[in-house]
Amino acid sequence: MDQLIQTLLFGLSNGFVIALIALGYTLVYGIIQLINFAHGEIYMIGSFMALTVITTAGVSWTDPVGARLVVIVLALMAAMLFAGSINFLVDRVAYRRLRRAPRLAPLITAIGFSFVLQNIGIWWKGARPLQFPALLPPTNILTDWLHLDTTITFSIPMLFVMVVTVPLLLLLRWFVRNTRLGKAMRATAQDRDAAALMGIDVNRTISLTFLLGGLMAGAAGLINGLYNNQVVFNMGFFAGLMAFTAAVLGGIGNLTGAVLGGIFLGLVGALSDSYLQAQWTPAIVFAVLVLVIVFKPSGLLGEQVADRA
Amino acid sequence: MSVLKVFVPWGLTTPERRRKAVPFVVVVILSLLYPLFDQAVGLNYIDPMVSILILVLLALGLNIVVGFAGLLDLGYAAFFAIGAYTAAFLTSPASPLPYGTNFWVAMLLSFFVAMLFGVILGVPVLRLHGDYLAIVTLGFGEIVPRIFLNLEDITGGSKGINPIGKPSIFGYTLEPSNPVGWYYLIICVGILSIFLINRMVDSRLGRAWMAMREDEVAAASAGINLMRTKLLAFAMGASFAGFAGSIFASRFQFIDPFRFDFTISVMVLAMVILGGIGNIYGVIFGGIIMASYDRFFAERLTGWFHTVGTATGIDLLTRIDLQNSRLFIFGAALILTMLLRPEGLFPSRRRAAELHVGEEEPEAFAGGQPVLQEQQTLYDVEAERTGERP
Repeated sequence: MDQLIQTLLFGLSNGFVIALIALGYTLVYGIIQLINFAHGEIYMIGSFMALTVITTAGVSWTDPVGARLVVIVLALMAAMLFAGSINFLVDRVAYRRLRRAPRLAPLITAIGFSFVLQNIGIWWKGARPLQFPALLPPTNILTDWLHLDTTITFSIPMLFVMVVTVPLLLLLRWFVRNTRLGKAMRATAQDRDAAALMGIDVNRTISLTFLLGGLMAGAAGLINGLYNNQVVFNMGFFAGLMAFTAAVLGGIGNLTGAVLGGIFLGLVGALSDSYLQAQWTPAIVFAVLVLVIVFKPSGLLGEQVADRA
Repeated sequence: MSVLKVFVPWGLTTPERRRKAVPFVVVVILSLLYPLFDQAVGLNYIDPMVSILILVLLALGLNIVVGFAGLLDLGYAAFFAIGAYTAAFLTSPASPLPYGTNFWVAMLLSFFVAMLFGVILGVPVLRLHGDYLAIVTLGFGEIVPRIFLNLEDITGGSKGINPIGKPSIFGYTLEPSNPVGWYYLIICVGILSIFLINRMVDSRLGRAWMAMREDEVAAASAGINLMRTKLLAFAMGASFAGFAGSIFASRFQFIDPFRFDFTISVMVLAMVILGGIGNIYGVIFGGIIMASYDRFFAERLTGWFHTVGTATGIDLLTRIDLQNSRLFIFGAALILTMLLRPEGLFPSRRRAAELHVGEEEPEAFAGGQPVLQEQQTLYDVEAERTGERP
């Protein structure tokens, strides 16, 4: 029983990171029907940026809590802004010119960008996995703070994942539902021409969507770095596919669905890690991807048009 | 059986056939003479040429799927892996199967096994459209090598399989140390493939592929069985990869799951797209450019840059490492082709016309996939997304 709860906790933490990345896929697909294949690499670039900020600041986990927190906040900002701008730029340079091209053209371009960004990752930080400084203490909240008698670990890094992710998810949801720009996004997603006729700057709205997706991916980059303490140039490939699966699972275009899909996949991954063998997890995730797309391409939740961005 | 007509001999009976025979004959002559030229000039490029041509063979197969039928397959390396492992299982003493199958038998079987897997994958996924099809094939392409990696008892896992059976002709065994022999073997397979593909394209099946690529609905209305036509494209493409896989396994005498990853799928896709989607000579040329860069020039150019850099004292040149940039090169090739010349360097005339229709009138159809138009209603968008026809 303890093992199950533990597994589910791990899965939940991973799931939140996947959910953050999945939002980028679902936002972009919802608005221009493009599988932004390079999105996983945006996440990788975000985590590299966070790593650069942290190593430049030179903090380690022996420094006082205040200093560490400041650096973490700075790294979060930098990762989000950098990843957001790169995503925005890629759209501006390439996808925008292909808006009226056959639908596979932007997809192939996105695959191209995925490879180009991976290579930029290699040039930037090398091809080998890098240690991400563990700025968060591995304190187990349940035993060390609450003095519970249990073998379950709920550590500070796990808490951190949730503390950062949940507000971001709520903020994005609020933005898309309640602001004028969010309304413009939903309108553009429903009917680009009608939106343009209503005076919405469609290109600017699409750029904004890429920016928002990139911001979320950048945040995921920092969170994953602090939680798993390792980054590598090709981590975006698998994470991206997992997130895409999550987005399809939740009904692509559906923000809430993407989050639930991410959490579901995180749990599936963790269960497979501990009850099967970790080496089978990728195959299982890909099998979920194939099965969902083949049998239920509209996703488990289906598409909620009112929530679509 | 339209498939069988492919094997009918190629008569030069019409002007069109005579015109089409010219590039074929040129390719045959050039490829047969190349080793002599290589020897005369002392280039010693035969050995890398063998690896390059295996990739070109893959590109020819993928061109059937992507170029002729307009189905984007991102997991093509899976069929390459299936072909290679089939040949290895059948001929290697390290395999769990009883040892002793002749390489030629294994090669033929790997053709059919890959084809079988093409059908097995094709049946459920080919009702999907465009990008969803691409992602499912990608998932399949990732699952297959991982299965080979994880089933250690059967496949040796990451240790791979070694040695693998060698082809022999009239008692003469083709050793891996004999690149010229391998070169001629691959050229023979390649010429046979070009011949078969040319015949297929000219057949009823080939015309069905093109009709389907241009407009699925119109093709179906004209009586083309879409599912069967797509499935044949997928199976034929897969079988060529199986062929290439068996040669690859035997040539290098060693295979492991890491040789069949997503990079290979994308590299082969880049060859097809760069060379000129749908035109087999364009694909061969594009393939030779990409593959010779990857397998040969990246290393040499790096060396040259370093030499020049050291001689002239320019520090920047000595730090260039092009082998570290292969992903960048594939990616940039895809992006630039899509942005600047979506029909590729040497397109087929018909394909180029299709790709440029959208620039004048918005009613463009391409890649067998109706382009999502703004005037579609939400209902259409949803139907398209769920893969159902409105």
